[in-house]
Amino acid sequence: MDILVCVKRVPMVGGRIAVTPDGQDVDTRMSGFTVSPHEECAVEEAVQITERLGGTVTVLTLGPAEAMQQLRDMLALGAGRALLLETDGREWGPIATAAAIADAARRRAEGPEGPYGLLLFGNEAADTGDYQVGVRVAHTLGLPCVTGIKNLEITSGGARARREYRGSEEVFDIPLPAVISVKEGINLPRYPSLPGRLRAKRAAIDTLRPEWHSEGLRKDRLRVPAQEQHQAQVLGSGAEAAPALVRLLEELGILS
Amino acid sequence: MTVLGLVESDGNGLADSSLRVLAFGHALARSSGTGLAAVLFGPAAAVPAGELAGHGVPDAYAIDSPLLAGYAPVAWARALSGLVTDVSATAVVAAGHDRGNELMAHLAAITGLPMAANCVSAAAQPGGGCRLVRQRWAGSLLEDATLDAEVALLTVAVDAVAATAPETPATTSVHVVEPQPEAADLRVCAAESATRGAGISLATARVVVGGGRGVGGPEGFAPLEELAGLLGAAVGVSRVVTSQGWRPHTQQVGQTGTRITPELYLACGISGAIQHMAGCMGAKHIVAINTDPGAPIISRAEYAVIGDLNEVIPALVAEIKKRHDQP
Repeated sequence: MDILVCVKRVPMVGGRIAVTPDGQDVDTRMSGFTVSPHEECAVEEAVQITERLGGTVTVLTLGPAEAMQQLRDMLALGAGRALLLETDGREWGPIATAAAIADAARRRAEGPEGPYGLLLFGNEAADTGDYQVGVRVAHTLGLPCVTGIKNLEITSGGARARREYRGSEEVFDIPLPAVISVKEGINLPRYPSLPGRLRAKRAAIDTLRPEWHSEGLRKDRLRVPAQEQHQAQVLGSGAEAAPALVRLLEELGILS
Repeated sequence: MTVLGLVESDGNGLADSSLRVLAFGHALARSSGTGLAAVLFGPAAAVPAGELAGHGVPDAYAIDSPLLAGYAPVAWARALSGLVTDVSATAVVAAGHDRGNELMAHLAAITGLPMAANCVSAAAQPGGGCRLVRQRWAGSLLEDATLDAEVALLTVAVDAVAATAPETPATTSVHVVEPQPEAADLRVCAAESATRGAGISLATARVVVGGGRGVGGPEGFAPLEELAGLLGAAVGVSRVVTSQGWRPHTQQVGQTGTRITPELYLACGISGAIQHMAGCMGAKHIVAINTDPGAPIISRAEYAVIGDLNEVIPALVAEIKKRHDQP
């Protein structure tokens, strides 16, 4: 089965997050970039499926030329091909992003290789958290779609996808081709192998340049929410703090 | 002219997330001089009309069809889009949980409208459109945004919007809507499997004992498990723990795991990356145990013990047991 996996380049953020002075972006001077966690799992899932059933994994991203690095990171995990929808670095909204991805999928469907059998997305991007790009792509291409998937089986007739819902589990049997967005926890992504990294470094990356469109939801500015900056009250050090901890648990009503 | 709030019952009346949707919807309706109506999927008999009245909702629409008894996202969204047209809705508001975001994304795709996920507040602008604040990075950042759309499609960041009861109770009229779903829209339909769930659920636990990189490995969790047992707590972990394969992903607290809202979160050997804090900011009290007094979590916690959890936790377990043994 030929699988398309869509990933997004996002800032690698650790202990704190800061915004650029103009309020338009996350300040990345002190950090690198990575791929949203759900999407890394989507790539791993695709690689596992093709290891079992054959086929190819194409990883796609929409972003600036620098996003080639994230495509190479995913090639190192086992994806076979990469496609960059190159932008001028502006932030793209979910409507324009979905249109560009659907257009790329359609081009492939109209070519000699035919349509992808499965399109995988992460449930939501780590940064913008729009929760809608995969769903919009599915509607544009007329494909069935499920989101938030934590377990995926390819069956003879299609796919069986499972997800959590209020402490129980929902099961979807859907025909393929389909759009499926997954969540971290569906698998444990592998570490890139050395041969994988070397192959990724040399791999050719296809590029398209879609056109940016403005949309109805416009970012005015980003800001860090006000939060009480305080230092915790230190109850003590090491094992000697145990009695103070017990007193605190009593005060909070945890131990009666 | 109305704001539609999508709500649901959870067996004990309106779900907590739905009360937050109503509070958000009331504020938006007030800013635009319109009213708020509730929408539910299911028969009219299942509408908690008394409770909706107490929350100042004069109208409720029950979308009822035997074909929609199971959750079919596209058919549900199509039925919503029909209602939007029928009542000339100016906005639709749903909870920003997985199902709410999914349903609204389908509604957005069907109608071609923009959608803003996980909003904290929204107010209509005099010239049309609305100004809103929404979460990015699961709430670690906020975005001030402008939404220009014929109908505003919004989901509510349920951990950031309070559920307040409005001032004036109303009487609620229930209107039944009976859509005729197309077969194509029922292609994807959920079957719910039996409820799992042994032990204490992380999402609803009153106390959570969290372990991070400082636990050191899969064997290191035994003392945390023992402490959790004594406190009636669930065990949660940071992302590094699940990505190392030390514990299953179901125990992860954070942006890509579970959001917790306990009375007490005891974070052991967790540095406090923003993605983790996004998952535990709903905790009432946070106690951090960490060797590094400069760790980010120390400035987000209310109380701290500076030290190695492998010494502190066994000592705490011994102290609690000693207390139990006393007459």
